Amino acid sequence: MSILLSEEFTFIVQGITGREAVNLTRECLDYGSRVVGGVTPGRKGREVHGVPVFDTVQQVADAVGYVPNGSVVTVPPAFTKDAVFEAIEAGIELIVIVTERIPRRDVAEMVELAGMRGARIIGPNCLGLIVPEVCKMGGIGGPAKDAAKAYAPGAIGVMSRSGGMTTEISSTLTAAGLGQSTAVSIGGDAIIGSTYAELMPLFEADEQTEAIVIYTEPGGRMEAQLAEWVKDNRSRLPIVAFMAGRFMDSEEMKGMSFGHAGTIVEGAEDTATEKIARLEGAGIPVVERIDEIPDAVKEKIGVTA
Amino acid sequence: MSAPPTGGEQLTGVFIGIEVDQTVADDAALAGRLAEVCPVDIFAADGEAGALRIVEENLDECVLCELCLDAAPDGAVVIKKLYDGSELRRG
Amino acid sequence: MRFYEYESRRIVERAGIPVTRYGFCTTAEAAREVAAEIGGPVVIKSQVLTGGRMKAGGVKFADTPEEAAEHAAAILDLAINGHAPRGVLVDPKAEVAQEYYASVIWDGTVKRPMMLFSDMGGIDIEEVAASHPDHVGRGHLSNLLPVSDFHAKQVIARTGVTGSELTRATPILARLARLMRDCDMTLAEINPLARLDDGSFVALDAHMEMENEAKPRQKELLEELGIEAQDTREPYEPSDFERNVKAIDAADHRGVIQGKDHGFSGNLGLVIGAGGGSLTLTDAVRSQGGKPANYTEIGGNPSVAKACGLAKEVLRKDGVEKIAVMMSIVSNTRVDIVARGVIKACLELGRDPAETIAVFRIPGAWEEEGEKILRRYGVEYCDRSVSMWDAAGRAVAKIQEGT
Ligand code: SF4
Repeated sequence: MSILLSEEFTFIVQGITGREAVNLTRECLDYGSRVVGGVTPGRKGREVHGVPVFDTVQQVADAVGYVPNGSVVTVPPAFTKDAVFEAIEAGIELIVIVTERIPRRDVAEMVELAGMRGARIIGPNCLGLIVPEVCKMGGIGGPAKDAAKAYAPGAIGVMSRSGGMTTEISSTLTAAGLGQSTAVSIGGDAIIGSTYAELMPLFEADEQTEAIVIYTEPGGRMEAQLAEWVKDNRSRLPIVAFMAGRFMDSEEMKGMSFGHAGTIVEGAEDTATEKIARLEGAGIPVVERIDEIPDAVKEKIGVTA
Repeated sequence: MSAPPTGGEQLTGVFIGIEVDQTVADDAALAGRLAEVCPVDIFAADGEAGALRIVEENLDECVLCELCLDAAPDGAVVIKKLYDGSELRRG
Repeated sequence: MRFYEYESRRIVERAGIPVTRYGFCTTAEAAREVAAEIGGPVVIKSQVLTGGRMKAGGVKFADTPEEAAEHAAAILDLAINGHAPRGVLVDPKAEVAQEYYASVIWDGTVKRPMMLFSDMGGIDIEEVAASHPDHVGRGHLSNLLPVSDFHAKQVIARTGVTGSELTRATPILARLARLMRDCDMTLAEINPLARLDDGSFVALDAHMEMENEAKPRQKELLEELGIEAQDTREPYEPSDFERNVKAIDAADHRGVIQGKDHGFSGNLGLVIGAGGGSLTLTDAVRSQGGKPANYTEIGGNPSVAKACGLAKEVLRKDGVEKIAVMMSIVSNTRVDIVARGVIKACLELGRDPAETIAVFRIPGAWEEEGEKILRRYGVEYCDRSVSMWDAAGRAVAKIQEGT
């Protein structure tokens, strides 16, 4: 098992004729994902790596005879909200938003509508998610052969605010004999569709998952929210965290943002030091090095190295 | 079998060298096609009477996609990887 | 992007929130004229994008236009926390009956805007929240429904405020909430919001911050305020390095590079990426005793020329002895292209790549080809079997050997 994706999972790509989207489609198909259609307004009738292109999401649903499970949205920031609303209103349940630099107000509106319609958003500013050897939804891990090198099936759930670090961490786990149940690039913005705490119940309910690894950064309150969730829900899943950007706590770096838009420190609670304290307070060890993650996980789940 | 190119154009950058057979270099239609396929603008069809020109400052940008090899007759275009002495060619 | 107080006041004013009749001046003479027009005691406030004006002597009271001019001259010359003032604001000294606090900010956890109101204004809201929690009202707004006045009323009523105070403050908070959303602010704050002796409310100070991502669609407002596109309002002046990297990035659409060196002054140049990888690697260098000369982010598969340009800028920085070229596993950016770029940078600056590149650790796309290039120039290639931490450690060790 896994979370969110499965063998039968079908999805579309909105903005499929864009340069990045063409690559992403190829990668997903090569990995064995079921990309059943694409949407670019005005480009109906074309094909991208054999995937038929339509003008609207509804047309895809009509053509295949069902509403696909998901959509990867990769359209420019000014058009993203409209594309996501279209997907939600067409009945799509899982939406991965790849686009960067979307204003917060738009993201918040999309997330609220998704909540009303029972849909889930991953991202924005993310690389999507992958269930090793089953389905890859988005650019996560890159070309199929590279993804196969880094990701292997197993018992660890991975959630990361950085797309690239999702792969680095999974590859480190794989090398240590720890495969992944599902790895999710949750996005680097200040407001995202699914936070750690919001994905935890899914991992909690997944029999295959035995432990969680998260990659975190300064900025925002997502880690505090996770710490609270863990305390309130007596989670069965041990969690190991890695915190990057500790250097941002130093005095000279005040008011600066590095890496992702969401790393901006807007209050005392957003600093790396504060977050580490909160996570550790909830029994979540925060390691200093990526290569310490596998041992920390093994210790938690009682596997001897 | 392809004869070694003679009298063609040959240019080298730091990492990449390109050799083009003279017959190809003078073929305006083919020059245009090469200019179109190369994603990093290594070929230009703005020589005399639309003849091929290799854009020297772009040589090191070659992404080894081999689209130029597919667009030209076998052996007419050769990509040289100067860092290990190997070559990319058709035929 | 942060706004000056005089701009913030204009923003609340155009949203229908009453303000005092203030004047923005860039000379002492202009301050005298505004003070004369106001015709009574005035406050002169430095217009800087930093806190702590009061303590630093950037806020002064004057009873006459002459005194106002004197204070304005002094304040115009006074840098606060290294920021030169843009001008001064001359404001009538209001007869305040009570001060309140009103703001609307994003709550990233709930993913909705949150209104905050307190009847203890003029001081830091976090302090009030800690010492008098019952004097702070909070309430979230829907992102999809229009802001209705009752939302604001509920928040204010939570602090115990009632009577005409409540009915007069309600539309102000509601308008602030609408403006926060309409203008894509990440912070819209009025502190203090004052009730005058006649019972009316005015905003005495305002603090607005707009989300950078929204600037393109807020062009009209920015134009109206006379803010130019190049006025980016970084918390500090960009350095030559930062400016040059920006120019290299803008010159070529392939890939994205960023460089910062504010707050860094070491001898190890970092040519690193991408977002999360750069944060991780900078920590790893510092934690192992290394002194980064800068911070960079490489992403989106840059051209050889762009990678070369970035590496050259890093190498040209004062005090840089070696560079460390490191990234987390790449799937889009190509290892061989970055390798060509950094080697070219060394060669063009007449430096031996084997000596100059302390470590090259980029696993992923086209790594076999990258390794061949590096081998040709005597640079050791580290693949994914060398952790990010160990790669950073090797770079630090190499630079320490050399000194
Ligand atoms: S291999 Fe590709 S990039 Fe290189 S010259 Fe040929 S077409 Fe251009």
